[in-house]
Amino acid sequence: MSMTTARSVSPLARLFPDGLDPLAILLRGRAFFALIAIIIIFSMLSPNYFNVGNLLQMSQHVAVYALLAIGMLFVVLNGGIDLSVGATLGFSGVIAGFLMQGVNIPELGIAFYPSVWVVVVITVAAGAFVGWINGMLISRFKVAPFVATLGMMYVVRGAGLLITGGLTYPNLDGDEALGNTGFDYLGFNNFFGLPIGVLVMIVVAIIASLMLNKAPFGRWLYASGGNERAAELSGIPVKKVKVRVYVLSGVCASFAGIIIASELTSANPTAGEMFELTAIAAVVIGGASLAGGTGTVRGTLLGAFVIGFLADGLVIIGVSAYWQMVFKGAVIVFAVMLNAIEYKGRKARAASVPPPPTTSSAPQRDTSVDAAGAKIAG
Amino acid sequence: MSEPSINEHGDTVVLRAVDITKRYGGVHALKGVNFEVHQGKVTTLFGENGAGKSTLMKILSGVVSPTSGRLELYGEEVEFATTVDAREKGVSIIHQELSLAPNLNVRDNIFMGRELLNKAGGVDYRAEDTEVRALMARLEENIEPTAVVSSLRLGQQQIVEIARALSVDARILIMDEPTSALSASEVEVLFKVISDLTASGVSVVYISHHLEEALQVTDFAVVLRDGSLVAADVVGNVDMEWIVANMVGKNFDLGEPPAPVTGGEVALAINGVSVEDPSSPGRLVVDNVSIDVQAGEIVCIYGLMGAGRTELLEAVAGRTPLASGQVLVHGSDVAALDVAQRIEFGLALVPEDRQRDGLVQTMSVGHNLSLASLGSMVKGLFLAKPHENQAVRNQISAVGVKTDGPQAPIGSLSGGNQQKVVIGKILMTDPKVILLDEPSRGIDVGAKAEVFALLSRLAGEGLAVLYTTSEVAESLSVAHRVIVMSKGRISAELDALGTAKEQVMAASGESVAALETNGND
Repeated sequence: MSMTTARSVSPLARLFPDGLDPLAILLRGRAFFALIAIIIIFSMLSPNYFNVGNLLQMSQHVAVYALLAIGMLFVVLNGGIDLSVGATLGFSGVIAGFLMQGVNIPELGIAFYPSVWVVVVITVAAGAFVGWINGMLISRFKVAPFVATLGMMYVVRGAGLLITGGLTYPNLDGDEALGNTGFDYLGFNNFFGLPIGVLVMIVVAIIASLMLNKAPFGRWLYASGGNERAAELSGIPVKKVKVRVYVLSGVCASFAGIIIASELTSANPTAGEMFELTAIAAVVIGGASLAGGTGTVRGTLLGAFVIGFLADGLVIIGVSAYWQMVFKGAVIVFAVMLNAIEYKGRKARAASVPPPPTTSSAPQRDTSVDAAGAKIAG
Repeated sequence: MSEPSINEHGDTVVLRAVDITKRYGGVHALKGVNFEVHQGKVTTLFGENGAGKSTLMKILSGVVSPTSGRLELYGEEVEFATTVDAREKGVSIIHQELSLAPNLNVRDNIFMGRELLNKAGGVDYRAEDTEVRALMARLEENIEPTAVVSSLRLGQQQIVEIARALSVDARILIMDEPTSALSASEVEVLFKVISDLTASGVSVVYISHHLEEALQVTDFAVVLRDGSLVAADVVGNVDMEWIVANMVGKNFDLGEPPAPVTGGEVALAINGVSVEDPSSPGRLVVDNVSIDVQAGEIVCIYGLMGAGRTELLEAVAGRTPLASGQVLVHGSDVAALDVAQRIEFGLALVPEDRQRDGLVQTMSVGHNLSLASLGSMVKGLFLAKPHENQAVRNQISAVGVKTDGPQAPIGSLSGGNQQKVVIGKILMTDPKVILLDEPSRGIDVGAKAEVFALLSRLAGEGLAVLYTTSEVAESLSVAHRVIVMSKGRISAELDALGTAKEQVMAASGESVAALETNGND
């Protein structure tokens, strides 16, 4: 390496504080590069992969995963895990379907058909309620998050099946005469060319990002996930934060449930089985640490796109369902392995930085938590 | 192995540490230490907290490896890869922090990792039980091999720890504060065991804060200060004064005791506070303690490990409940308030263990600093970033944190600077009373002086400061008043001016003779 190359990279070095080591850059932006690689590979393998129609179609699938994953991100940042989101997704669809069928209480001679926005509000409230129970079990009764949400997964799935008697609510189109049409809007319509589901994902992602990076709640969450004892001694309401992350996760799951029910204009109580694991995988591929305290919305979105685009690509090129599972699993394990390598590298770097001699505001190192995601896209 | 040839200074050296250096990140824990262990003799290491005693012991026993330097065992250079490796080569350690598995029973703990097997390849519990009973008989304790460790009291757990070290037939036995939880009679038995061991040729390295006690058993005294070996001699040439002088150091000055404050308003009143031991309810770790701190006053609580200092401060800060008593801040009872509300009320704690309780390692320096005062930086729904950045920068220069800037990862700072971040974080909440639990723990001398200068300045600005320490020099040169705690109670209250180090140490139970000669004011 000559002097000239060293000098020519110096303005760039500011953008890449770890230097221009190509391996380090690949490692940092791994989710982004993986997504690019997936798109390129499948575009070469199938002419039907890379066109606007298919990309939008795939994005609509991704939206469901991404919504669950953003909810999961809040929980994972807190150092917890939420296994009940798939069940909550199915349950939310059932609640929406139940309300769309009309509430009929013959004993009182009452039959009413709530309009769609009322259905949506009640459904989201139901999702929030499931999350609240999770949060209370974990923060108040000290049940381990894994166990509490595993239990809730069964309870909520069972509740959905009980409500429908194991059947699917068909035909959620509503009736003009009853004034409850429009439920299919979310699943079928476009807004400036974007499917509504994708739009919901974008809005939720923006709100989540603002909460994490701008609002005090985000700081509370990163702190209590990073070191709960220190957060508590700093006067952060760690219990409240804990309840709130599970409520947010439940709300995100019910959004996803409404979108799926709307797409199919039917509510299946078994919808969303195993989706909790896809959501966790997206969060992890996006670089979040399951130990809590590290992770970004941007990374999580990338993780959801990686999983969604990979799964749909395998379907399009006609790979068998069994091989699809093998591929997905391998990608997840590989992602976690890379996370471990990155965290180890980061620790080693932090330890090797010598204490600087004076107080100064000289060249800023962009190593704050919320900036980590910026580097992936940058 | 050669026969020990005993003469004044010519005992056989069994283990020698040559030029040992150890760095932890920015902390220089040992600076080129040369240390010898003599066959069949007890060598005691003296030194204040952070002097490097425990680090040296960890190196001798293979827990950590030195940054540079080498070890010689019976004249041959050795490297201990792990504690198991060291144990197989004959060096065994009793840790200061108990390293027992609380969920297992005594027998399984003692034989953990080297279970005795029967012919079928299973664990031979009967043989293990027999051996445990023999060990307990030697230690004159009546502990059943099948008793679960978590059900034993702390002193008994320490006995189990000692029994485990004895059970491996070590040639060199390292004891790091083995008596901190033992009663006087248990200590006596331990000393008898130690003299049996040395008589049979075992070499012992001993560490204790109880100076008098250590002088009873030791043959050689070695003093460490700030990572360097400053003095070493045979016990005949050594007395308490020599040890204390070398431990504390003559040249270093932490600052003058501040000008006395009189007639100030009482900012913090601790009235008859008792705190229960959370692991064994009914036992009081803080017993009826009352302390008043005036605005502008610095009060120091001096005490050894287990004196109840941490438990007292945590209860005052609202982390743990009071068993009885009252905490008043400027006259109002804060009993109903939680930690967050007490911080808002002006009462905040800088915890003892900054890694565990003070810092969030995943966050930057700036985010750690603003953590406790985010409430004051909210504008509408969001944090006002420019306001936060400004406040953080001001605080970085106010407490003198040496850092690349607010964005630097917290792990890149040295121990002293990390401590300043924790203190700065609390100061950003605008407290009226600040509690600091061992603020000098694990930081080097220069940083210590800076931290204490900061405390003096804060007191000058009208803050009430209550801090704890286990280093005598720190209690006498910084505080207006020194309160000595021992076993959960206040054993003396001293005026910093005109009080001798020995008086403080005497009241803490550290040196009994000093208490008898100097009395106590």
